[in-house]
Amino acid sequence: MTAVAATATPAASAERSAAAGEGTRAAAAVDMFLKVTDAAIASYLDACVHCGECAEACHFYLSTNDPRYTPTYKLKPLVKAYKRHKAPFSTLMRGIGLAPAELTFEELQEWSELVYDSCNMCGRCTLVCPMGIDIAGSVRKMREGFVAADLAPEGLRSAEANALRTGSPMNVTPKALKATIASQEKETGIPVALDKQGADYMVILSAMEVMGYPEVIGSLARIFAKAGVDWTISTKAFEATNVGVQIGSRETARTLVSRVVDAAEELGVKYVISPECGHAYGALRWEGPNLMGRQYKFEVVHILEVLDKLRREGRLEMRDKDKRRITLHDPCQIVRRGGLLDEPRALIDHVSDNFVEMPMSGVTNLCCGGGGGVSANPRAHENMNAAFSCKLAQFKAVDGLELVVSPCANCRTTLEEGLENYEYAMPVIGLGEFIAEHLKD
Amino acid sequence: MTLLQFVEGPMWYFAATVFLVGAAWRVIGLLAIGRKTDLSPAKHSAAVGFIKGNLRHFVPRTTFAERTWFHWLAGYAFHLGLFALLFFAAPHVKFIEQRILGFGWPAMSRTWFIIAAEIAFAGLIVLWVRRIADPVMRQISDRDDHMGSWLTFLVMLTGCFALGESDPGLRTLHMGLVNLWLIYFPFSRLMHAFTFALSRGYTGAIYGRRGVTP
Repeated sequence: MTAVAATATPAASAERSAAAGEGTRAAAAVDMFLKVTDAAIASYLDACVHCGECAEACHFYLSTNDPRYTPTYKLKPLVKAYKRHKAPFSTLMRGIGLAPAELTFEELQEWSELVYDSCNMCGRCTLVCPMGIDIAGSVRKMREGFVAADLAPEGLRSAEANALRTGSPMNVTPKALKATIASQEKETGIPVALDKQGADYMVILSAMEVMGYPEVIGSLARIFAKAGVDWTISTKAFEATNVGVQIGSRETARTLVSRVVDAAEELGVKYVISPECGHAYGALRWEGPNLMGRQYKFEVVHILEVLDKLRREGRLEMRDKDKRRITLHDPCQIVRRGGLLDEPRALIDHVSDNFVEMPMSGVTNLCCGGGGGVSANPRAHENMNAAFSCKLAQFKAVDGLELVVSPCANCRTTLEEGLENYEYAMPVIGLGEFIAEHLKD
Repeated sequence: MTLLQFVEGPMWYFAATVFLVGAAWRVIGLLAIGRKTDLSPAKHSAAVGFIKGNLRHFVPRTTFAERTWFHWLAGYAFHLGLFALLFFAAPHVKFIEQRILGFGWPAMSRTWFIIAAEIAFAGLIVLWVRRIADPVMRQISDRDDHMGSWLTFLVMLTGCFALGESDPGLRTLHMGLVNLWLIYFPFSRLMHAFTFALSRGYTGAIYGRRGVTP
């Protein structure tokens, strides 16, 4: 089999697609599947007993009852490649004709929908799996094979091309960022230091925050000014979104992480603050050093950790407490897969008198439906909207709910769109903004 | 050499060897694939996460109880029943003492054998019926799932037949099937009896470093 490098850009991939035959593309996927299958993934593929429990945790299955959306079924191409080529006894099994057949391009085409359009990589299936299999993590790795075969969806490929070209999947340029910051400075009256050498903290933002919720910047400025935090934003690397992790391109993921790392190390900051964005935290904090092949010269902290630290130190003084009946949407990558369960709760309790948990909240929370690149993939929007019915039922289970706090801008957008589609009026707010609204003057 | 002597003699030794060597080969083969050192600074211990991951998945989460209690109940019934039969049925204790370890332990009474067998059979049958009746299970099941279930069922069934030890033919049938089961084991999904610890452990360790046990 021919090893084919992961796709760098859609243009390059289109060029290669034209040149490469379907067999070569399928072989490239198999090569990549085998490359990403380490002992952990192999143990998952080996231990699955096909009990079907994972379906009961997946909102794509729960909202459609389509058995194809059973999480373990989504891994079938990876399983086939592993059992044919890499599993213990695979040589013997091939020899006696009992190994799975070689993967075909048609199979991969069919599975592209299951791997990209009906999986948020939210990891809820792991909770219910008696074997503790990390299906989401396996899908994340599996997508690298689909990229190698040029079978990633167009929406994500465009976002990837934008990120590589301009630094942002939504084409947020430094000029646009500066304009947004200037507008927030005018609104809050607080200057934001750009490219400040030796600052304690460097803040990065998701494109969604800059484009959709610019008030996030003003909120941070107000909180940090009150708390006396020394911070900056780099105009060279302000984007936290890592579309490489979502699409499954290690090369792109590494490029995007290295931009942030280079900028932070050039400024000599002590910490980089990952914003209210789910996958960005995992990409920089947990995957990043492995992508770069080294540890950073700074620490990565999530904004929730920073805010909670300020609260614990008494540097987050509130003017009043919010009286509305509010709940928290736990972003999968921050809570279930990031371990930040207590921080958002402590912060909300600090600001609210009327916080109520949704059923299934916390580690077992339902994903918004837009994570894992699904919201950036127009092909998946019908699935995403169907899956949102589960989320809506979760909201509706809280009597008199008046506000949802979502410490992830992508979740927030997905929730807002879903609520609008289902004609259910419910405001959604980011946690930083929620705190800033009640900050003591 | 009678057929009983064959299945309890050469065939048993062959089957036991295939089982031991095959199972070890598969587990070692999995571990030998290796895994790169995680360079991200850990918040918590991966080793503790490995253990927590293993223990956590013994207990179903209440969030999913409404939709999964039936499967969990059947699963536990089958596995606990089988465990009791395998290690505490009087003929098994005797066989282990005389042929394998050289020492034994108290066996369960005939009444408890029947209770354990009924629980194990009920669990196994429920799980298999679900496998052929539920659309999700039909979608994901393959030949190996059915083979493993049926072989185990037949081993258990013939074991019950042979309990009275009144007919050497029944014992021969049971031991023959046990041997087939042992030979099939390392090449099949039955290996989850060992690989579950790796699967749970890796997830526990990876996320344990982050401070969470999913």
